Amino acid sequence: MQRNSQDGALEILASSTLNSIQDQGRRHSLTLGVSVGGAMDRFALSAGNALIGNDLSLAGIEVVFFPFRLKFHADTVFALTGADTGANLDGSPIPAWWAVPARAGQVLSLGAPRVGARAYIAVTGGIDVPVVLGSRATDQKGGFGGIGGRGLQRGDRLPLGAPTLGSITGNPKAFPQAGLGAAIQWPEVRADAHTTVRVLPAAEWDRFAPEVQEQFLSVPWQVSADANRVGYRLSGPELVALCQDSLMSHGIVPGTIQVPSSGQPIVQLADANTCGGYPKIATVIEADQRLLAQTRVGGQVRFVLATRAQAQAALRAQHDDLLALSRALGTVTA
Amino acid sequence: MLKLSMAGSEAILVDAASGAFDQAIQQRIWAFAKKMRGIDGIEQVVPGVNNVLVVFDSLHVSGEAVEALIRKEWAGAGLETPSAKVVDVPVHYGGALGEDLASVAQESGLSVAEVIARHSGADYSVAAVGAMPGFVYLTGLDPALAVRRRNTPRLSVPKGAVVIGGGHAGIMPCTAPSGWHILGMTDIDLFSLERADPLLLHPGDVVRFHPVEG
Repeated sequence: MQRNSQDGALEILASSTLNSIQDQGRRHSLTLGVSVGGAMDRFALSAGNALIGNDLSLAGIEVVFFPFRLKFHADTVFALTGADTGANLDGSPIPAWWAVPARAGQVLSLGAPRVGARAYIAVTGGIDVPVVLGSRATDQKGGFGGIGGRGLQRGDRLPLGAPTLGSITGNPKAFPQAGLGAAIQWPEVRADAHTTVRVLPAAEWDRFAPEVQEQFLSVPWQVSADANRVGYRLSGPELVALCQDSLMSHGIVPGTIQVPSSGQPIVQLADANTCGGYPKIATVIEADQRLLAQTRVGGQVRFVLATRAQAQAALRAQHDDLLALSRALGTVTA
Repeated sequence: MLKLSMAGSEAILVDAASGAFDQAIQQRIWAFAKKMRGIDGIEQVVPGVNNVLVVFDSLHVSGEAVEALIRKEWAGAGLETPSAKVVDVPVHYGGALGEDLASVAQESGLSVAEVIARHSGADYSVAAVGAMPGFVYLTGLDPALAVRRRNTPRLSVPKGAVVIGGGHAGIMPCTAPSGWHILGMTDIDLFSLERADPLLLHPGDVVRFHPVEG
């Protein structure tokens, strides 16, 4: 495919290194010990790409630390999804889950979220950093992907890729000036409310007595300050296992809820180690991991038991929603 | 007895352990992994220590079908003996670079010299690669050195740290948190994207540690 990078088309004016370039992650490198990584809320990033007709695999910016500001040095189109950050483009408000054209010289500003925790910025052509092990996602532990394996900082210039086949616009003037929003009712996550996520029992579920299992499923768990892309440590009652036999190291997936001897669960997330050794009580289903990604420190989470069929149906529904969005916008005709 | 459990809706953890680590089970896991890879709908097969994680695409294959496949392929799996290479790892033991050497000696009831002699006197086998990019779980640690992990993990253990924990030996491929004990430092690079194959060590490879001065 022809590459037509506009070197440094985005300039970071204000950021913290917690903000990073992400895509759908590395789904085929677990045997190298490399985390899946990618957007904590993959659905939101995918929807942003869909809104502007990008291939869903393209990279965008994950913003979790605010304020965040960037300047466009080229005419383009961008989408904002995930958290509602009361964003504005040169002072004009941009709703969440919305796409608008930007002209060279304009500044996009994101403030502290009113709803959710992580916002995603997708830009026509995607952020065009080198692909490492099949992905552009920043892996800060491994020190690769994104820009030199680190988060974004003031002064960074990010290149954009050429518009892909389905892009609504190589020409931003063809895009409605007022923008375009997601027609589907997206599930909202309010940081001040209980977030309920579905779980499947994991390998050591039976190490916990029925009343402890019941407790795990009935109490609200608070997201502690120790919460990042690697995982969330949760605070609540102590979960005591019936058996403390140590386990041999084994592969784990994002969403795994481990219970170390402290009895306080840890949910492993995108940048988690690929192997672990702690007992696993349950796993947050893939489709609901985005709800955790949008829950802030201090927020509360409840767990509810699901079946594998329900988990797979939820994942399929997200897949279908994205396809429906692309079809509604005419970016996919199949 | 094979124990299958769900790891979310798109992965199954296959636990083949029966008590302590068993090299024959590990060889069967390698053979099983080889057979499973490349089967339609199977995305990744990740050997652990006497266990293996099978990741699949639920949009294309059902969990029940994958479970049936796992049982069938496990039943037919032989013992894989990978073409092992031997890698010699020079280690600067102790001092500021191996700050747990003295406490490990104390806990195991050995002298510091004996800990070094036992750690560097064994042939280790790479049981599994994982946790961090290029990290290896090494089996073959002298049982006298199988001390418990640190009560409080360190938030940062440097790249190159030669470590022991949970009955295994290992080498840190990058700077990361770890609850393992640091015996010394090496300058070998376990993971490098500059190489066509980023991994220095693969399952089945043999590792020998050698004390060096200075």
